[in-house]
Amino acid sequence: MAHVLDPAQRALDDPCPPALIARRDPRLRIVLAGLFACVTVCLSDFAALGGALALAVLALTLSGLPPRRTLRRMAGMDGFILAMLILLPFSVPGSPLITVWGFTASREGLAQAVQIALRANAVILMAMAMVGSMEAARLGSALHALYLPERLVQLLMFTTRYIEVLREEYLRLRVSMRCRGFKPGTNLHSYRSFGHLLGMMLVRALERSERVLGAMKCRGFDGRLRVLDTYALSARDLVFGAIGVGLMLTLIGVQLRHGFA
Amino acid sequence: MALLDLQDIDFAYAGQPPVLRGASLQMRAGERLAISGDNGAGKSTLLRLIVGLLRPTRGTVTAFGRPRLHERDFHEVRRRAGYVFQDPDDQLFCPTVAEDIAFGPLNLGLGRAQASEIVTRVLDQLGIAPLRARITHHLSGGEKRLVSLACVLAMEPDILLLDEPTNALDTTNVERLTEILQGLPQAIVLVTHDPQFRTRIAPGGLRIEDGRLIDAS
Repeated sequence: MAHVLDPAQRALDDPCPPALIARRDPRLRIVLAGLFACVTVCLSDFAALGGALALAVLALTLSGLPPRRTLRRMAGMDGFILAMLILLPFSVPGSPLITVWGFTASREGLAQAVQIALRANAVILMAMAMVGSMEAARLGSALHALYLPERLVQLLMFTTRYIEVLREEYLRLRVSMRCRGFKPGTNLHSYRSFGHLLGMMLVRALERSERVLGAMKCRGFDGRLRVLDTYALSARDLVFGAIGVGLMLTLIGVQLRHGFA
Repeated sequence: MALLDLQDIDFAYAGQPPVLRGASLQMRAGERLAISGDNGAGKSTLLRLIVGLLRPTRGTVTAFGRPRLHERDFHEVRRRAGYVFQDPDDQLFCPTVAEDIAFGPLNLGLGRAQASEIVTRVLDQLGIAPLRARITHHLSGGEKRLVSLACVLAMEPDILLLDEPTNALDTTNVERLTEILQGLPQAIVLVTHDPQFRTRIAPGGLRIEDGRLIDAS
């Protein structure tokens, strides 16, 4: 998915040797990432959560994704939960840790904040490493092979196909606005112009969707999706899957031991 | 037998003055026909009427020897009359070139292996085999045009309906497209503004004027 707006990759089967994870069956990668998310969300022990994050970092190194850009994307997600993480120590009652401007932060609240941060980052990093390293088209056909509803897969495929076309349309309209001296500001004229821009994009998108449907009908479309890719699990896929599940069981084991201690 | 026979077609878009008023057209197998006309004269509308994406308000569409009235009737027409849209982005909606070309054959009920064979054959025929695994929205304008033609040829049509195929193509690509089209056996209805291209592909021509098709010469 990370490739949707990335012109660098031009074909599904890139000629450069794919990374270890990229060679594994896409279905397996989706399922493992899903399982990992479920397991990680259930963990609360710090050793287990640290292990989960370490596992996600390991997956990142095996995924062939550029680490810096991927970590920056992860930080982008952190931006969304930052406010909650900061407020949590102050809103959860418990033994006082420090006091800022008359507000007391609790030890329990801080622990919860750290847990959430670890969980969220481990899950998002694993998702990017396992699923994000997949071209959107492949993700769609893999989800189809995993029996996800056809409508949802079609929606995903159309979105990834036309997002670029829409963006180009938007950029063209913006350029033509700029060419006629438009400078965005905080005034009614700017708001109205942006309204027109959005409205025009909606109208064009609607018309385009009608033309696309026409073109599809011309080629015998009857509402059913047919995918060319077929998938088969190889022995290496099975080993990879077994190692993945084994590591997740280890995380659960760590959690249980510390939980009972 | 005429491949296409349009008699006395009237058509108007909802709430607008009529585009076509009494347009008639006949096409025989292997024939090549260019249609010209001003912007908004109804050239694309005519093509859409042929494949049943639009229905005439009056007149009859007969294709491949049978009158075509209902959506059901047009399924066969759409397979046998390959419509290449003006904007390739409207036509290429699959993630990869191979999938897009296979889309038609798969819809016709062919298996994956057969569809894959057709993809290979059509790509070879147009000399664009290296594009096979490429992602459609990363293709250049010229490549998109050739791929959209390949998508239509994969249905093995008897007639090609080309809507402004040289639109936004540079001279090299126009040249390449011309050579490819000259080598095809199909009958062609060509809608274009490009006089040079018209002479090379389909010298015989009609012009839409006041909603009617008249001899261009």
